[in-house]
Amino acid sequence: MSFASNHPTRRDQAKVMSRAELTRRLVARLDHEEAVIGGIGFANFELWGAGQRPQNFYMLGSMGLAVPIALGVALAQPSRRVVALEGDGSMLMQLGALATVAGLAPKNLIVVIQDNGAYQITGGQPTAASVADLVAVARASGLAQSAWAADEGDFEEMVVRALREDGPWVIGTRIDSAKPEATTERDPARIRDQFMRGLGVKR
Amino acid sequence: MPSPEAPAAGAPWYRLAIDAFKAHDIRLVTYVPDNVLRPLIEAVHADPFFTAFATTREEEALGILTGAWMGGTRGILLMQTSGFATLPNAIASLAVPFQIPLLMMVSERGTLGEFNQGQALVAKTMRPVLDALALEHHTLSRLDEVSFILDRAIRQAVATQAPACFILSPLLTGGKVFAA
Ligand SMILES: Cc1ncc(C[n+]2csc(CCOP(=O)(O)OP(=O)(O)O)c2C)c(N)n1
Repeated sequence: MSFASNHPTRRDQAKVMSRAELTRRLVARLDHEEAVIGGIGFANFELWGAGQRPQNFYMLGSMGLAVPIALGVALAQPSRRVVALEGDGSMLMQLGALATVAGLAPKNLIVVIQDNGAYQITGGQPTAASVADLVAVARASGLAQSAWAADEGDFEEMVVRALREDGPWVIGTRIDSAKPEATTERDPARIRDQFMRGLGVKR
Repeated sequence: MPSPEAPAAGAPWYRLAIDAFKAHDIRLVTYVPDNVLRPLIEAVHADPFFTAFATTREEEALGILTGAWMGGTRGILLMQTSGFATLPNAIASLAVPFQIPLLMMVSERGTLGEFNQGQALVAKTMRPVLDALALEHHTLSRLDEVSFILDRAIRQAVATQAPACFILSPLLTGGKVFAA
């Protein structure tokens, strides 16, 4: 049974959920030192809030680059699963990255889109994500294993499958605009150093 | 007998570049193409030592190299002057503060016989941007200097955890000539 037919294929079929809760549920499922790249916007705030891990990388700028950074880690460490957590505004800024991922087809890459239909961190201005369904864009970019999470339980099921079976995967989540529960400590050199140690590149 | 590392006499610039990349274990080559870079791009695609692919934007290529470096793989970004002009935000907000030895190689358009006004103007922004960000950069204009510059500057980038940019002058590559 295909990924898409088991889960909603359209944005309007997906439940609007809490970003903090979904991020906690994702992190709770990570048991093999999987790498997670938290995008600019509130994605990295909630990743920080879900519990700091040495395999987390928190982006402090460079809007749109969570998927490319995750792809780079995935290429360098093919036996490690790598997750990109990216907001809809950021994803829209670097849509070509989806096509690049599709062309390379890394089996160990999972893209989780956190779509609140807004540039929340800059004041909640609407994005084009309610017009351009990002999961449909991903599928049209060549990423066949792309679907929306129907609800919290469905999201966890998709995460578990994506952590075990060959990707690349794109999991769309609709999220609300609740204020984030935490703020990332803005110390880029420390973030990078810890991440490299967490990936076993530095000792 | 020359050592295996020593480039063949009369080797073109892109062969010297390949030798330098290999000597420093630079395996990942991401690029947005340019005509002058074509022989280098073709050579890395033909050599199984390298993983080489085009990205849709230079910023994307920079992000990939950043992730790869943190994951233990070294790489280099190949682009044209116009591509470099899209990068200052990503360099200033990702590569520099996170201390990534981002290696860049730029085919220099906009000078010494440019025929496209847009190229000529955007090229004027490149060195001021590199200087404003206090980035190490070297213009490669002589074949006999290529290997030394690449070797030393790559070593320095890694040792100091800082980006480095190599500008391929038309004096070295011949550039792109307007067929009038
Ligand atoms: C190139 C660039 N343009 C604009 C900004 C300002 N900016 C920072 S975060 C952001 C919004 C991000 O939106 P999204 O990815 O949807 O995340 P959310 O804020 O909703 O969590 C913007 C516009 C920036 N940092 N960089």
